[in-house]
Amino acid sequence: MRREVVVQTTDLSMHFGGVVANDRVNFTLHAGELRCLIGPNGAGKSTFFKCLTGQLKPSEGQVLIRDVDTTGYDPHRVSQLGVGIKTQIPNVFDGLTVEENVWLSCRRWHEAGRARAVTAETLERVRLGDIRGRVVGALAHGQRQWVELAMVIAAEPWLVLLDEPAAGMTDEETYFTAELIRDINKTASLIIVEHDMNFIRAIAHKVTVFHRGAILIEDTMDVVSADPVVRDVYLGHKH
Amino acid sequence: MDYVVVLVLQIIYGIANLALIGLGLAIIFGMMRVINLAHGEFLMLGGYAVVVSTNLGVNIWIAMLVLAPLVVGIIGVVVERVLIRFLYGRTVDTLLATWGLSLFLVGIVTAIFGPQTSTTISPPIGAIAVGDYASSGYELFLILLTLALFGAVFAVLRYSRLGLLARGTMQRADMAAALGVSTSRIYMITFGLGSAVAGLAGGVLAPITGVVPTIGATYIAKAFITVITGGTAILAGTATAAGLLGAMNGIVTFLTGPTVGEVALLAAAIVLLRLMPSGITGRFFRKSL
Amino acid sequence: MIKGQTNGGLIAIAVIGLAVMFGAPHVLQLFTIINLTTAIGLALLGLSLGLVWGYGGILCLGQTAFFGLGAYAYAVTAQNFGETTGAVVVAMAVGAAVAAALGYFMFYGRISDVYLGVITLTVTLIIFNLLRRTSGPEYKIGKALLGGFNGTTAPPLQIPWDARMTLFPQQLFYVSMGALLLCYFGCVWLTRCHFGRVCIAIRENETRAELLGYDARLYKLGLFSVGGGVAAIGGVLVANGIGRVTPDLFNLTYAAQAIIWVIVGGRGTLLGPVLGAFGVFWLTSWLGTQSYFNSNMVLGLVLILFVLLLPRGVVPAVTELAARWGRRKVGRRERMRARRRGRRRAIQPAE
Repeated sequence: MRREVVVQTTDLSMHFGGVVANDRVNFTLHAGELRCLIGPNGAGKSTFFKCLTGQLKPSEGQVLIRDVDTTGYDPHRVSQLGVGIKTQIPNVFDGLTVEENVWLSCRRWHEAGRARAVTAETLERVRLGDIRGRVVGALAHGQRQWVELAMVIAAEPWLVLLDEPAAGMTDEETYFTAELIRDINKTASLIIVEHDMNFIRAIAHKVTVFHRGAILIEDTMDVVSADPVVRDVYLGHKH
Repeated sequence: MDYVVVLVLQIIYGIANLALIGLGLAIIFGMMRVINLAHGEFLMLGGYAVVVSTNLGVNIWIAMLVLAPLVVGIIGVVVERVLIRFLYGRTVDTLLATWGLSLFLVGIVTAIFGPQTSTTISPPIGAIAVGDYASSGYELFLILLTLALFGAVFAVLRYSRLGLLARGTMQRADMAAALGVSTSRIYMITFGLGSAVAGLAGGVLAPITGVVPTIGATYIAKAFITVITGGTAILAGTATAAGLLGAMNGIVTFLTGPTVGEVALLAAAIVLLRLMPSGITGRFFRKSL
Repeated sequence: MIKGQTNGGLIAIAVIGLAVMFGAPHVLQLFTIINLTTAIGLALLGLSLGLVWGYGGILCLGQTAFFGLGAYAYAVTAQNFGETTGAVVVAMAVGAAVAAALGYFMFYGRISDVYLGVITLTVTLIIFNLLRRTSGPEYKIGKALLGGFNGTTAPPLQIPWDARMTLFPQQLFYVSMGALLLCYFGCVWLTRCHFGRVCIAIRENETRAELLGYDARLYKLGLFSVGGGVAAIGGVLVANGIGRVTPDLFNLTYAAQAIIWVIVGGRGTLLGPVLGAFGVFWLTSWLGTQSYFNSNMVLGLVLILFVLLLPRGVVPAVTELAARWGRRKVGRRERMRARRRGRRRAIQPAE
C-alpha cells in the first residue's frame, strides 16, 4: 500500500560560512508515520529540523510539506499549514500561566468559546489541569516540556515536529511523554529528534540516522541498532 | 573646475564630520555592545573643556587636542565605574541609564555655565583659496585629523596588547575572563577611550558649532545613525556608513538644500537597516575591525 | 507575577477618573484647569508608550514623533478647513499611519530592540531639526505657515456640530479627561482581547508565538500603529492646552520624559505611565518655580535611580505590596475566591 507523502526534502543543504551542516539530504515521510531522527552530536539533525520548521533557510534544495513548497517559509507560515512544532530548548511564554500558554495556541485556530473548551480538554489530556493557574517560568523543566507539548496538541496539527521532547525528564516523565506521543500519532504524522535510546525504542518503528550532515541509514530500530557502521559512529560509544 | 573641487571637499568634510562624531560611540558600542545615549553630552563636555581652558589662557591647540580628550576620558572612566558597570548584560537598562546621565549632564552644565555661553572661539586656521573660491582651512584640518584618528585607533586595536585583549573580550567575554583577563578593567579602559575620542571630537568641533549645554542633541541623531548603520565593526562600520550617508547627505544638500539633505540621510539609513538589520558590517567585512 | 487591575480596580479607576473629570473644574482655578489639559495630553503620550513598550515590548524611545505629528496635523488641518472635528480624525490617522510606515521598516527588517529604540529617537530628533528650519514663508501647507522655531497656532476645538462655537477651557478639560478615560479603557480592553494577548505572548517569546502560527511582525505593526494614534490624540490635546504647536513637541525633553513616566510608573501597566506623566508634570512645574535645582538634572537622576534601584516602577511595586498585605489580612477565604477568579485575570509580564 502506498501512502501519501507528507514531508519530502530534495537535496537539502545548509552551510554556515564554510561549515556544511547538511549535505544534500533526501528525506521522505509518509502519512501516519512516526519517525525518529538520531545521530551523534553535530550530525546535522537539529539543523535539518530547523530547515523543516522554517527557523533556518536552507542554502540549497527544497522542502515540500504535503505538496506545498515551504523552502524559505517563515515559521509562522509553516505552522499555519497545520504543523505543530516543539523546539529543543523549551520555548514557552514564561511570564504567562499554563492555561494562557495553551489558550494562545488554541485561539489561533478556534473562536473564543471553542478555544476555551479545547484548552480545558488539552490540559486534562496532558495532566496539567492542577497547575493551570501557575506561571510557566516557575515550573520544573519536565513540566515546561509538557506545557510546550500541550501547546502543540492544542492546535490539533496533522504533522508534528518535536526536537528532543524527553530531554531532561525523569524515567516516569519520559514514560508518560512516550504515551502522549503515541496518542498524538493516532491523528498526526510525527518527526522526532531524540537522543534517549530507550525512549526511541518505546515509540519508534522506523528511525533515520544522521551522520556528518547526511542520512547514513534508514530502517527499523532493530536493524539500525544491529548495523555495525551505526554502532561505530553512534551507538558504539554510547553504550 | 575649482567649484567642483570645493564641492567635493565639502562632501568629504561631511563624511569626515559624521565619522568624527560617531567614532567614540562606535568604539563603546563595538566593544561593549553598550549604546551610550549620553554620547552627545560627552561631545558637549569636550567643547566646554576647550572654552573654559582657552578662557584661562591655555593655547587652543593644547586645549582641543590634549585637554578635551583627557577631561572627557576621565569623566568617562568615572561614569563607567559608578554607573555602567552595574548594568552590563542589560542592554536596555544601560540605554535608559545613559539617557538619564545625558539629562543630568545637560542639567548640571546649565546650572554651572547658564543656558547660553557668550564665549565664541574662532577656528585657528583661516580660509584657503581654491582657484576663485575659498574653502575652509579648518575643515581641511578636520578631515586630516579624522583620518589620523582612525589610523591611531586602528593601530591601538591591531598592534597593542590592550587592543588584543579588547578584541578578545569583545568576541568572547566569558572566555577572556576564564583566561585571566580582567574584563572589568578592559571595559573601563574601553569606555574611557571611547569617551576621550568623543571629547576630542567635541573639542575640535567647538570652534565651528559653538557650545551650549543642549548641543549634544544636534550630534546624537547623526552619531547614532552612522554607528547603527555601520554595525559592530568599529572602524570599517563607521567609515563605510559615514561614507555612504555623508555622500548621500552632501549630494542631496547640494541639489535641494540642507533640510531635505537631513531627511535623505535618515531615509537612507532606515532603508539600509531594512535590508541589513545588523548594519553594513553585519553583512560585509564581518571580520574587520 | 504581577496581576493586572482586577475588575474592582478598574471600576475604582473609572469612578475616580469621572470624579476628577466633573469635580476638578468646580474646585480648581481656571489656570490650573488649563494646565491640566496639557498634562492630560502628556498622559496620553505616556499611555501610548506604556501600551507599545509595556505590552508589546517595543522599545520606542521616540514616541514623541507621533505625538508631535498628531499635533501638527491637527493644527494644519484645522487652519486650512476651519473645522476641528475632522482635524482630530486626520491627526489620529497621521499618527497611526506614520507609525505603521516606520514600523514596517523596523519590524519587517527584524531590527533588535536597542536599534529600534535608537532609530525611533533619531526620527523624532530629525523631525525636530527639520521643523525648526521651516521659518520662511515658503514653508506652508495650504494656508498654514509652519513658522519654524515659533511653530504655528492651533485653533481651539469646536463643538462638532457647530464650527462657530469653540470650547471654553472648562469644556476643553471635560473633553480631555473624557478622551483620556476612553483611551485608557480602550487600551485595557485591547490588552485583554485576543490581539492584545498575542502581543503580550510575542513580548514574552517571539519565536514561540511564530511557531504557533502568529505573524509577530504584523501584530507588532498593529500595536505600534494603535500607539501612534493614541499619541497623536495626546498631541492634539497638548496643542489645545498650549494654543500653539512648536518643534519642541519633538524634542529630547519630551521624549525623555515619556520614558521616565513609564519607568517610574511601571512597565507592563497602563495606569503607571498615566500617573507617572501627572507626577512628573507636577514635579517639573514645581522645579520651575525655584532656582536651586535644574529640572533636567533632577529628571536625569530620577531616571538613573529608577533604572538602578526600582526598574519595575512604582505601580507594580505598590500593587504587589498591597496584594501581599491584603492576602495576610483577608486570609484563606479570599485566596480561594482569587483562585476561581484567576482564569479571568489579565496577562502580565514576568518582570
